[in-house]
Amino acid sequence: MSIPVRDGAATAGAAIPGAASRLPDVPRLEVRRVTKRFPGCLANDCVDLVLRSGEIHALLGENGAGKSTLVKIIYGVLEADAGDLLWEGRPVRIDSPATARKLGIGMVFQHFSLFESLTVAENVALGLDGRERPAALIERIRLVSQRYGLELDPDRHVYNLSVGERQRVEIVRCLLQQPRLLVMDEPTSVLTPQEAISLFETLRRLAAEGCTILYISHKLEEIRALCDSATVLRGGRVVASVDPRTQTAQALAELMIGSSLMSPQRSPATTGAARLQVSHLSTTSDDPFATELKEVRFAVRAGEIFGIAGVAGNGQAELLAALSGEQPVSDPMMVRIDGEPVGNSGPQRRRNLGLAFVPEERLGRGAVPEMSLSDNALLSGARTQGLVRQGMIRRGRSRAFAERIIRSFNVVTHGYRAEARSLSGGNLQKFIVGREILQEPKVLVVAQPTWGVDAGAAAAIHQALIDLARQGTAVLVISQDLDELFVLCDRLAVLFQGRLSDSEPTGQTSVEQIGLLMGGLFEASIAAAAARNAALAGKETSHVV
Amino acid sequence: MEGATTAVAIAVAMIAAATPLIFAALGELVTEKSGMLNLGVEGMMLVGAVSGFAVEATTGSGILAVAAGAVAGMALATLFSVLTLALLANQVATGLALTLFGTGLSALIGKSFVGMPLPGLPHLAVPGLSDLPLIGPLIFGHDLLVYLAIAMTFGVHEFLYRTRPGLILRAVGENHDAAHAIGYPVLKIRFAAVLFGGAMSGIGGAYLSLVYTPMWAENMTAGRGWIALALVVFATWKPARVLAGAWLFGGVSILALHAQGSGVAVPSQFLNMLPYLATILVLVLISRDRTRIRLNAPACLGRSFYPTV
Repeated sequence: MSIPVRDGAATAGAAIPGAASRLPDVPRLEVRRVTKRFPGCLANDCVDLVLRSGEIHALLGENGAGKSTLVKIIYGVLEADAGDLLWEGRPVRIDSPATARKLGIGMVFQHFSLFESLTVAENVALGLDGRERPAALIERIRLVSQRYGLELDPDRHVYNLSVGERQRVEIVRCLLQQPRLLVMDEPTSVLTPQEAISLFETLRRLAAEGCTILYISHKLEEIRALCDSATVLRGGRVVASVDPRTQTAQALAELMIGSSLMSPQRSPATTGAARLQVSHLSTTSDDPFATELKEVRFAVRAGEIFGIAGVAGNGQAELLAALSGEQPVSDPMMVRIDGEPVGNSGPQRRRNLGLAFVPEERLGRGAVPEMSLSDNALLSGARTQGLVRQGMIRRGRSRAFAERIIRSFNVVTHGYRAEARSLSGGNLQKFIVGREILQEPKVLVVAQPTWGVDAGAAAAIHQALIDLARQGTAVLVISQDLDELFVLCDRLAVLFQGRLSDSEPTGQTSVEQIGLLMGGLFEASIAAAAARNAALAGKETSHVV
Repeated sequence: MEGATTAVAIAVAMIAAATPLIFAALGELVTEKSGMLNLGVEGMMLVGAVSGFAVEATTGSGILAVAAGAVAGMALATLFSVLTLALLANQVATGLALTLFGTGLSALIGKSFVGMPLPGLPHLAVPGLSDLPLIGPLIFGHDLLVYLAIAMTFGVHEFLYRTRPGLILRAVGENHDAAHAIGYPVLKIRFAAVLFGGAMSGIGGAYLSLVYTPMWAENMTAGRGWIALALVVFATWKPARVLAGAWLFGGVSILALHAQGSGVAVPSQFLNMLPYLATILVLVLISRDRTRIRLNAPACLGRSFYPTV
C-alpha cells in the first residue's frame, strides 16, 4: 500500500486545512464522557471525541478497544449508559439509525449491510427514509455516482456485483442522504490498492465540501495518508489524540497496543526441494458464482513463504478447497505434497502427509464455535499429537496441547475450556494459526492470516509464519492485504479470474505492479516488468514447476 | 356439448378445490418472505375452519364467519410468533407443534358441530352473464371468496414488488442483520407477516367448512395445509405461480375423484401423491438453477433473529 498512498498524502494535506479554516468552530459532533457497559466488560469508558467540520478523523484501536461500540452509539444502533452527544453544539439523543440519518449521519458498515437478491436501486431505497419515486431515485443514483466517480448500474442485482462495487452501493446510499458526518468502518479491507486510491479521492472531495468523515481502519499507512487527526482507543478509553501525518506507522501501532511493537524480521530464505507442487490445476463448477481455476501452476519450496495476492472472488475459495482437499480434483498429479500425488484425496490423507491448513473463515471452518479450545485443538491435531488412542480421546493430552498453544501464542482467554466463539477475532486467529504451526507441518496453507486482526497480534502471527518457514516448512499465504504479503513473502503471484500470474521474487516487484495484476491488467504489468525481467534473464529461477 | 359441460363442471370444481390452497399458500408466502417458516399452516387452517363454521352456525352471517376464520388463524399465528420471535424457539419444531395443537383444538371446539349442515356462502350472480352457457358457470358463477383469492394473488404481488413496505419485508427476509443495522424493526415486521399468514390460512380453512364441503368434520383439511406449504416452494415464492400451482394441485385432486368415478384404474393414493412428487421434482429442478434460488428464496428463512447488536 505504501507508495501510492504516500503520494496522495500531499494533496490531502493541502486540501483539508484550507477547507476546515473556512468553517465555524462549532464541532460537527462532540462525544462527551460516553460510557457503555456490557455484561463483563466496559466497552467505552468516559470516551471524548471531537469531530470538526470537513475533517477526516481516524479512530484507531486494537480489536476489542471499543471502536465498534462507539460508532454504534454515534449511529444510534446502541445507546450509551452515560455521557452526551452534541450535534453542531446542540445536545441530541440518537436512539435509532433513523434518527442518526435525520441528523445527517451516514454509515458504511464493515460487513456490508446489503441485500443480495435485491437490485442496487432497491438497496439504496432501503437506506433512505424518503418517499421518492423509483424512477427519480434511479436518476439521482446515476447523478451521484457520476459526480463522485462511483460507477454503478442501479438495475443490477447485488449478488453479482464485485466487492468493490458493493461498497460503492453502500457509499452511494449514504451520499444520497447528503450526510454531514460519514462513518466508515474498515472500508478498504476488501479493495485493491487502485480501488482504495479512488475511494480516497472520493473521500477527500467529500471532506472538501464540508462533510466530516470518521474513518476506522487497521491500515496505518492509509490513515497517515488520508486523515487529518486521529483518536486512539485502548481498553475502552481514549489514550491519545494525535495528528497521524506527523506520526510513523510504528508509533501509531504502539499507541494502540500500549507497548512497543516488534516488526517481523525476515531473514533471507534458504530454500530446499519443492514440497507443495501444483500443476495444470483446473476446476469446473456448475455454480454460476464460482470462479473456475484455469491451468494454475506453482511450487512452494521448503523454507520459503509463497504469497498469492488477489481480490476475493477470483478463485481463492476454489484454490483453497482444492489444496485442502475439501474439493478434490480429478487428476491426482494436479496437487503433490513432497512429490506424493494427492489431487484426488480428501483432507485426512493430505494432513497425514504433513499438510496443515488455516482457512479464511475462523468460526465454522477453522474452529467449531460451540466447542471448547481443547476440543478444537483435538480436531486437527488428533493424529500428529497422538490425542486419540484406539478411537478414544485422550483428554489430558488434548488439554495439554491446547494449553501449549495458548501459552506459545499469547492467546487471551480464560483457559482451554473456553468456547471458541467467546474469543475475539484476533485471539481466535492466534489460536488457530498456533494450532497448525505447533504440529510442525511440512506444508502450511494459510488464508488471510491477519484479516481483522490488530497490529500487535498480526505482528506475532507474521513472525510465527516466518519462523516456521525458516525451519524448513513450505508456507503458502493467500491474502488480499498487500502490506502483509510484502512483509511475509519471498515470492508473490496474483490470482485473477481463476488464472495465476507468474511469480516474482518480492524484492523485484512493487505494490503498483501487483496492484495492476490484481485488477486483471496482466499485459500492462508484463510490459512494465519486461525490462526488469530482461535484465534478470538467466538468473530467474522462480518458475520451476 | 355434453363433453364440454362435463369439462366446465370439472374446471369449476378445480377452481373451488384450488381456492383454499391459494389463501393458505399466499399467507405462507408472505410469512416466508419475511424469513419466518411457519409449518403450522394445517393447524391454522383447521382452527379457521371450525371457527368459521361455528360462527356461521350460530349467527348465520357469512361475512362474520369468514372473519372468525381469519381471527382464529391469527390467534394461532400469534402463539407461534410469541414462541419463535420473543422466546426464540426453533421455528420448525414450533410450527409442527402448532399443527398438532390446531388439530386437537379444532376437534375439541367442533365436537357439537359434527354432522350439522350449512347453506354455504352466496355465489356471484351477474344477471345475464351467469346464465351464459359454459362461460357463465366458469367465469361468473363462483362464490365471492374465489374472486377474493384471485384478487389477493395480484394484491400480494403488487405489495411485495411495488410498494415500499413490501420491499422492506423482502429485505428483512433476505438479511435480517442488515435490516436491523439500517434501523428496520425486524421483529415487528415478522410478527405482522406471520399474522397475515395466520389470517390467510384461517380464511382458507373457513372456505373448506363454509363453501367447499359446507359441514364440519374432524381433520377435514386432509393435508391441504401441507400442500399449501409445498406450493410456496413449488412456486419459488412467486405469487402468480402460487395461483397456477394451486389450480394444478387442485386439479389433480379433482381428476383423482373423476378418475375413480369413471373407473380408471389409477390408485387414488397415487394421485394424492402427485402434488408432493411435483414439488420434489420442481425443487430438484430449481435447485439446479442457483440464480433463481438466490433471487427468490428468502436467505434468512427459518433463522432466528437475535437482536443483540
